[in-house]
Amino acid sequence: MSVIRFDQVGQSFGERRVLRNVNLSLTEHRIGIVGANGSGKSTLVRMINGLVTPTSGTVTVDGLDVARHARDVRRKVGFIFTNPDNQIVMPTVQEDVAFTLRRRGLSPAEIAERTAAALEQFGLSEHAEQPAHRLSGGQKQLLALAAVLVARPATVVADEPTTLLDARNARRIGELLHTLPQQVIVVTHHLHLVEEFDRVIVIEDGTVVADGAPEQSLAAYRALLQ
Amino acid sequence: MIGLYSPGTSLIHRAPTLLKLFLLSLCVVLIGISPNPWVVGGAAAGVVLLFLLAQVPVRAAAAQIAPILLILLVAVPIQGLLSGWMVAALMAGRLLVAVALAALFTMTTTVTAVLEAFQALLRPFRRFIDADRVGLLVALTIRCIPLVSDIVREVLEARTARGTRGSLLSIAVPVVVRSLYAADALGEALIARGLDD
Repeated sequence: MSVIRFDQVGQSFGERRVLRNVNLSLTEHRIGIVGANGSGKSTLVRMINGLVTPTSGTVTVDGLDVARHARDVRRKVGFIFTNPDNQIVMPTVQEDVAFTLRRRGLSPAEIAERTAAALEQFGLSEHAEQPAHRLSGGQKQLLALAAVLVARPATVVADEPTTLLDARNARRIGELLHTLPQQVIVVTHHLHLVEEFDRVIVIEDGTVVADGAPEQSLAAYRALLQ
Repeated sequence: MIGLYSPGTSLIHRAPTLLKLFLLSLCVVLIGISPNPWVVGGAAAGVVLLFLLAQVPVRAAAAQIAPILLILLVAVPIQGLLSGWMVAALMAGRLLVAVALAALFTMTTTVTAVLEAFQALLRPFRRFIDADRVGLLVALTIRCIPLVSDIVREVLEARTARGTRGSLLSIAVPVVVRSLYAADALGEALIARGLDD
């Protein structure tokens, strides 16, 4: 598993402080991050692959400072967004998955082989030639997962991956995230998604207010919601 | 090109994209300058044979060609009355053959293949033009058509649901704002997928 460290991390957008003095070491297989809207949890995970650069402090992945080695870090860390529509780049399903590999110096045969395997893994083979925008919401999120995992990252960060999905698709994505061999970090409002994770972190007003086993962290979060 | 590709393994599907593009351009130019109705008629027969060879769905092919028939419905009588019926028939034949050939190219060629062909064409000019970036630009442009179309549909639906009938500005402003947000999110996704170099 990758070792992701937050050292004295702070983040401000203008006058608004989004994160304050966050210190974390993420080494577990499955980590959940929960918190209210605007608590800073999405900003926190976006720092892991350099989508947001901290105003203060450092974020490192396997010793690499994300601010200085963002490109190297992004090869280790895949990112799944809430809205899969924003993540689809190419017009068809197969082309979108293959697109991830196009700038990695692989041969066309290897790109085709890995793309076919990823589509098979996520049950998208029969939609390979279809326009990506015509997939259902659940299928689009599966496509987003396939497009990220085809690059074989060591860590997958998912920012509310089930928020826009119906119950069945949300469960399917949840089950898939559970079975991934990669380190998985999931930001979510669906608490059941992280109940069996190794660790759950609760963010409130830009700080870590609970961190530990899911039972304790989720109980603390539920108490906060009262 | 969005959703028009019809998967297949025919000779036309497998032919190199640049060759297809070259032949398409050559045929359109030759038919355009030829005054001989037999040449246009022969080309039309050839196009039918190519469609049979490609084995693309008839309905999808007809959907590609149908819009030009509507235009011809208006243009042919006007042209016939002004310049004679032979000229009108030649014009109709040329347009039909050109559109059918373009449709055949679209239905037998993936977007990736077209992008790679453009990149190959631009490669000799790599000192002046970044072919990969141009390819990405074209891909994103194609991808953004359904994305913006969805945004326009949602804005129109929201307007209907609220029972309002605003000006064009009341549609344009939310469409532009939402499109900019979508563009921002797409940019972030590109960075996350390692395309920040």
